[in-house]
Amino acid sequence: MYVAVKGGEAAISNAHQLLADRRRGDRSVPAMTIEQIVEQLGLAVDRIMSEGSLYDKELAALAFKQARGDMIEAIFLLRAYRTTLPRFGYSNPIDTGDMLIERRISATYKDLPGGQLLGPTFDYTHRLLDPQLKGDEVVDEPQSRDAETGHTPRVSEILDQEGLIEGDGELPDDHRTGDLTREPMEFPMTRDTRLQALSRGDEGFLLALAYSTQRGYARSHPFAGEIRIGEVEVEIDVPELGFAVSIGRIRVTECQMVNQFKGSAKPPPQFTRGYGLVFGQSERKAMSMSMVDRTLRATELGEDLTAPAQDEEFVISHSDNVQATGFVEHLKLPHYVDFQAELDLVRRMRSEFDARQDGAEEQGDNLEAAE
Amino acid sequence: MAEATQQLHEQAPANPEQAARQRAMAVLARASGSELAKAWDAWPDRPDVSPVRGPETGLVMVRGRIGGGGAPFNFGEATVTRATVKLSTGHVGHAYALGADKDKVRHAAIFDALWQDDATRSAVEDQLVAPICKRLDSEDTRRRDETAATRVDFFTMVRGED
Repeated sequence: MYVAVKGGEAAISNAHQLLADRRRGDRSVPAMTIEQIVEQLGLAVDRIMSEGSLYDKELAALAFKQARGDMIEAIFLLRAYRTTLPRFGYSNPIDTGDMLIERRISATYKDLPGGQLLGPTFDYTHRLLDPQLKGDEVVDEPQSRDAETGHTPRVSEILDQEGLIEGDGELPDDHRTGDLTREPMEFPMTRDTRLQALSRGDEGFLLALAYSTQRGYARSHPFAGEIRIGEVEVEIDVPELGFAVSIGRIRVTECQMVNQFKGSAKPPPQFTRGYGLVFGQSERKAMSMSMVDRTLRATELGEDLTAPAQDEEFVISHSDNVQATGFVEHLKLPHYVDFQAELDLVRRMRSEFDARQDGAEEQGDNLEAAE
Repeated sequence: MAEATQQLHEQAPANPEQAARQRAMAVLARASGSELAKAWDAWPDRPDVSPVRGPETGLVMVRGRIGGGGAPFNFGEATVTRATVKLSTGHVGHAYALGADKDKVRHAAIFDALWQDDATRSAVEDQLVAPICKRLDSEDTRRRDETAATRVDFFTMVRGED
């Protein structure tokens, strides 16, 4: 129960002024610019865009600054902002095969067309803090060598040749693509809607679920068939023109997880797949997403349901950190009346309990006396 | 912009003029705001421009495909700005671009209108589209080459004697 209480206005206003002060911090330290955040804290910006489910680097950087670096607060700000904008329509599906690749690796094939491209990765670093970064050291330009150009096929296309791996994941022709921003969540979900939820899901939650499947809770034997990061073109059909136009590029991370599958009553033994696609550069999330996507296909593939990561309603209902934080954090808002009601109830229960205890003791005393 | 117009697009015959305009619009969408502003400021005999729609910023829901090539799914929105302008020459220009830069998109719509005018098309192509396209291509090449330098060249260690 919520009851409007007056009297906090001055405190709230002063609290917000204090927040602005603390956000700015020591005035002798230069303020961070949006450009600095976009350029130098790019992976934070990417995470905000991914979980905010809105691709706009400047807005995500602004949200990060406004939220003092609190990721979920920044994601919340971005989600709130998107509700103020009109929807122009849907893009044509992006083609990750035509990506301008910045990183591309496969853990299943050493030699594959296009090669293993490490790109700007933390992998193989020693995870030692670098004191040089405390200052503004001159950073060398990257190395460069002539690249192959053209289409780099997805590993799944290569694996398909023997027929030992399932296809890309089709839905019936008459299926209308689900959209969680327009329709309420309903279970069971189709895979397209589930992927939308996972793509904006909380990285930590998806990571923990993916980890749980590796540790034996719905074991799914995954291999990272391919991870690719880079820019893809976004095209929309423009009704007033009657043709599609490219409106620019976005950076995405795609993960094709390949899973050994011993077969069930329905499908034969083969490799099955999980798919991850997220905004920005975030292979941890794309990998987790693809593992959870695969695990959530348990019913479709006739697997035993034994673990939390296979429970679609549990996973999807709790994957959104804006919803989660809203409900958890609302507990700190005034619940004075609720609490008064509960206090009354507990007092009454306690006095009844005490009365029963007293009664029991008296009875015990009487019995002793009688003996 | 939904399924109905997608069909329209697929049925549309490939015609060279349309393809050239699509290419020019794609370059304008990726141009920087200052590139377009400078070009417009320096444009000789600027026609009067009246706004028809926008510039306005909204959202496009970006779609991917399950497994990369399967059924479509909605994976997140992006900010998009669009504008339609009419020039005193009678030509109407449209522009759409990712992001929220209204000035840039208004300029892009003006240049789309100028592109459609036979009198100014080659100037738009030569002075604007070609140099911006060149810049974008060289940035892409640089990025590809930097990535190529991180390619793993596997070699096999021969152990023992044959």
